[in-house]
Amino acid sequence: MSNWIEIGAVEDIPQLGSRVVETVKGDIAVFRAADDHVFALRDKCPHKAGPLSQGIVHGHTVTCPLHNWKIDLASGEAQSPDEGCTSKYEAKVEAGVVYLAL
Amino acid sequence: MKEKLVLVGNGMAGVRTIEELLKIAPDMYDITVFGAEPYGNYNRILLSPLLAGEKSIDDIMLNTIDWYEENNIKLHEGKIVVDIDRKGRKVIADDGTEESYDRLLLATGSNPFIIPVPGHNLPGVIGFRDIKDVETMLDTAKSRKHAVVIGGGLLGLEAANGLKIQGMDVTVVHLTDTLMERQMDEVSGRMLQQSLEQKGLQFLMATQTEAILGDERVKAVRFKSGLEIAADIVVMAAGIRPNIELAKKIGLHCERGIVVNDTMQTFDPKIYSVGECVQHRGETYGLVAPLFEQGKVCANHLAKYGIGRYEGSVTSTKLKVTGIDLFSAGDFTGDDTTEDLVVKDVARGVYKKVVLKDNKIHGAVMYGDTVDGAWYFQLLRDGTDVSDFRDSLMFGQAHLGDSGHGGQNAASAMNDDMEICGCNGICKGDVVKAITSKGLFTLEEVRSHTKASASCGSCTGLVEQILASTVGDYSDTPKKKAMCGCTDYTHDEVRETIARNELTSIPAVRDFLEWRTPDGCASCRPALNFYVLAAWPREAKDDPQSRFINERVHANIQKDGTYSVVPRMWGGVTTPNELRAIADAAEKFDAKMVKVTGGQRIDLFGIKKEDLPEIWGDLNRAGMVSGHAYGKSLRTVKTCVGEEWCRFGTQDSTGLGIKIEEMTWGSQTPHKFKIAVSGCPRNCAEATIKDFGVVCVDSGYELHVGGNGGIHVKATDLLARVKTEEEAMEYCGAFMQIYREEAHYLERTAPWIERVGLTYVKEKVVEDEVGRKVLYQRFQESQEVFRFDPWAREAEGQETRKAYIPIKKVG
Repeated sequence: MSNWIEIGAVEDIPQLGSRVVETVKGDIAVFRAADDHVFALRDKCPHKAGPLSQGIVHGHTVTCPLHNWKIDLASGEAQSPDEGCTSKYEAKVEAGVVYLAL
Repeated sequence: MKEKLVLVGNGMAGVRTIEELLKIAPDMYDITVFGAEPYGNYNRILLSPLLAGEKSIDDIMLNTIDWYEENNIKLHEGKIVVDIDRKGRKVIADDGTEESYDRLLLATGSNPFIIPVPGHNLPGVIGFRDIKDVETMLDTAKSRKHAVVIGGGLLGLEAANGLKIQGMDVTVVHLTDTLMERQMDEVSGRMLQQSLEQKGLQFLMATQTEAILGDERVKAVRFKSGLEIAADIVVMAAGIRPNIELAKKIGLHCERGIVVNDTMQTFDPKIYSVGECVQHRGETYGLVAPLFEQGKVCANHLAKYGIGRYEGSVTSTKLKVTGIDLFSAGDFTGDDTTEDLVVKDVARGVYKKVVLKDNKIHGAVMYGDTVDGAWYFQLLRDGTDVSDFRDSLMFGQAHLGDSGHGGQNAASAMNDDMEICGCNGICKGDVVKAITSKGLFTLEEVRSHTKASASCGSCTGLVEQILASTVGDYSDTPKKKAMCGCTDYTHDEVRETIARNELTSIPAVRDFLEWRTPDGCASCRPALNFYVLAAWPREAKDDPQSRFINERVHANIQKDGTYSVVPRMWGGVTTPNELRAIADAAEKFDAKMVKVTGGQRIDLFGIKKEDLPEIWGDLNRAGMVSGHAYGKSLRTVKTCVGEEWCRFGTQDSTGLGIKIEEMTWGSQTPHKFKIAVSGCPRNCAEATIKDFGVVCVDSGYELHVGGNGGIHVKATDLLARVKTEEEAMEYCGAFMQIYREEAHYLERTAPWIERVGLTYVKEKVVEDEVGRKVLYQRFQESQEVFRFDPWAREAEGQETRKAYIPIKKVG
């Protein structure tokens, strides 16, 4: 699993925000937390497939814009009491550049 | 070495405290629990359904023995603590077990009060307090016939109902002539008694017990009147008393209960106490919500956070006795200084009484239809002056016909498969199941688990009824409502602090008020962003990442992730050129639907995010700007054609609408803000359900405020009559400004005016001429900052456009 793909400059993702990587298998949301940690999740909420990339990021969590489910950025798990999980992708930042393992 | 925490009393309040502690400081203590009963922690208020055979012991368990193991808690079940060595810090149980502690939590609960009449200690005389009592009742019902329940309070009636269901003949004996006299007045008490009699219960009212007769076990009960009736079992339900024996024995200061301070500490600071055994600021509590509140504060202190304070609870009760809804709060008896408002409809089985003092709700009691109980309670707790809507108070909050729950107002009359929450498609059965299977107690818990009433909130009253009937009691306590879980401060406190201390950014507010979370949450961030901008329009900088997506990308997100785009049409007037440009844009960007909105404009659906700046550019070039259809801001000014065309028109309503829209567009408000101008009282622009509505009349303009056509349909109240367009605009700007400066984020004008009172708004906007002009001026000043087209700004720059497109395309 070391198929790292260069995505772009970390500066191009707003802090507490997200950008989308378009792939043939669907969109991936790449998030940047306030502490500059970068996370990648499939851009679909486990609830009703809302685009997580459009949510509000706080801590290492994103709140889905459709029905306010809170999804953990590191694991993709919905926060209790909601139940569900969205797929996660490995992401890293090296020298200011974001890489995804696809 | 971890410190040792010992809990004495394995009941709901004590275990809840441990749960709260584990949430915030999971590894701080080695925890040991002593429980006198041979079970884990169970839901004591579900003993009634257990007796009625509706639930099993497993159903009412909140924490099974496994839970204690999983959390590394040592449980001594079936052991009674008989002594505590405070010097040596040791707890001693009846079988000789000893445990040492660093901190001790006493949650010994309460005992049923057994009236000390002769024969009270005969076998067959019991309380109604634990699983063992229920088992005794069930055993007796199998072979014997006659049951007597002493005490016609909630507990007694529940016991009587259960015994009746188990096939016994039941007589309820009550000392006064009103059942449940602490929760009911005479009229509602009588209505309750009648419906229980119809169910087959018998009552001996105003009757005092003299003796319980029998040799080896109970055989009969004799009353002061000389009457004697047969009894195979006697249930004493004459009240409960805090269980303070142990605390007294070890020398802790007790009055009616164990006396504690605001951090739930007894006079020995190493010893805490929560629950029914506690006396706090002179009060003892027996309802779930205050006890859980205490648990939370106690856990906070045990975890050494030291920020929580328990300041007492105002309680209301919504009770369900055997299929009958009743609600009471505050002092519903009244005296010389109070007034009663009463609705009594015997045929429908409905009775409501609201007691007012100085135009504020002092107490309320309701029977049969309790859907507005929560509303009355909120008005009581907030001390709201109700004089502005006193004439409709008794008809409830929603008498104009709310949408979303099919006009239902009695949850008990609904089947399990009937929909409660129209937003989220939640049926009554789903809610009941979640409450029982997950052990939920509060409205917030039900909301977060089921989503019922979590969206628009119109079914809140129904959900509360279900909670009350399923859990057995329901009460609501917090005196002040915190903005969100990140802080204990209220919206008002936060707004005031921002204004007073010139806090111009979200981080500044969070630092100043010591927010608990580093970034806030999706609930407080948009509120704080609005508050700093509203207070400091020039100084504060907008934070897009703290805005809901619609405001961040200036379009409305749809369920498939595409957006809808609404260009502004001033006063609902358009031109062939504009229509042509809209048609071109719809085709060019492949709009999936083109729809006329309720606010007299055109909505293009199914636009892809990455196309947004492009379509805006096209619309801009045709002279159109954003309609802010996505914003907490002015939406539209709806107009009719007015005197220019209409034979009834009295003024130029279209022209005035356009002027008002030109003045107010782009303004940011706590929630969306809708305006309309009608050319005559026929009111074709529906101005009387808008946030600000103008109805033109021959002599000038009627100005209306606080209407709403949404969940709670509400007609406007008249603010003022003015003679000129200039005045109408000044009042409009001043009203929007005070709403912007004082309402809570996401509070529409209707609930805001209900909260602060129309009289207050009139004082500020109508009667105080200088104040009005100052408000109007502040409105104009902030409009210099906010009156711009965000579409043009975003479409212009390549840099801003980046946010709308994927960072990369792979494959």
